Amino acid sequence: MSKKNLGDVMKYDAEVRISLKKGMLNPEAATIQRALALLEYQVENTSTVDLIRFQMEGNSEDAVRDEVDEMCQRLLCNPVIHDYTIEISPKEE
Amino acid sequence: MKVGIIRFPGSNCDRDVFHVLELVGAKPDYVWWNTRDLSDYEAIVIPGGFSYGDYLRAGAIAAITPIIDGIKDCVSEGKPVLGICNGAQILAEVGLVPGVFTENENAKFICEWTDLKVESVKTPFTRLYKKNEIIKMPIAHAEGRYYTENIQELRDNDQIVLSFESENPNGSMEAITGVCDEEGLVCAVMPHPERASESILGSDDGRKFFEGIMKFR
Repeated sequence: MSKKNLGDVMKYDAEVRISLKKGMLNPEAATIQRALALLEYQVENTSTVDLIRFQMEGNSEDAVRDEVDEMCQRLLCNPVIHDYTIEISPKEE
Repeated sequence: MKVGIIRFPGSNCDRDVFHVLELVGAKPDYVWWNTRDLSDYEAIVIPGGFSYGDYLRAGAIAAITPIIDGIKDCVSEGKPVLGICNGAQILAEVGLVPGVFTENENAKFICEWTDLKVESVKTPFTRLYKKNEIIKMPIAHAEGRYYTENIQELRDNDQIVLSFESENPNGSMEAITGVCDEEGLVCAVMPHPERASESILGSDDGRKFFEGIMKFR
């Protein structure tokens, strides 16, 4: 069977951004903000996110998004403390 | 009594636990993470360490290994399971105990002796203590700050096992540093009872955690 029968299998870039839920203490961000203050930069509401990027094949952007969402729930994030967003785009050559 | 000590790449308190289990008369055995069948064992201890380098989150990768299914079988058969430090983080990641142990409030690795209150004596590991007894055991972790969305449920079900007594070094919610499942069979504690099981090491307050397994059932 040719790949054609499966629909167009394409490569996609996937990007998962994982942040702490609103109101959760972020010790890393607090430390960064205090360090910036040492250099006399006055900033506020500092936060950090974890960014995980990879490439994968799929039949459509939606199918890839569903699979990445499943990855987030099973491994990449802890639902007790994390929020996440997913971005899928056709792989740049 | 055969007790399985679970080993992951990066476990490093496994031999201490082995030593103390022998002291209290158990027959400990090391079990590698890819083992699925734990039916030989009457109790399980997941020791501390840095499984899989703490990548992603402490305990997150250990939580998806085949042995976790074996541990779940043990729980459904009524066998006690104790997670210490990284073992506690793993049990929380799996969801066998509620909540998470996440980055310390001061973003530092904290290694020190702590005074602890035994809050629940319904677990096999704490049943030889008196309720509200104050004991001394060390902590050694960077991700030990306890957080849960369901604190009232924990209180109602007597699922808070240990709390920091005088100070709250890592910023845990209500100073909680040990929790259990509803039944009390699965127990997750950040402090190290195996490092406080011989008076020559400064305290033997933790020894009852292991003696409690022995006299269970």
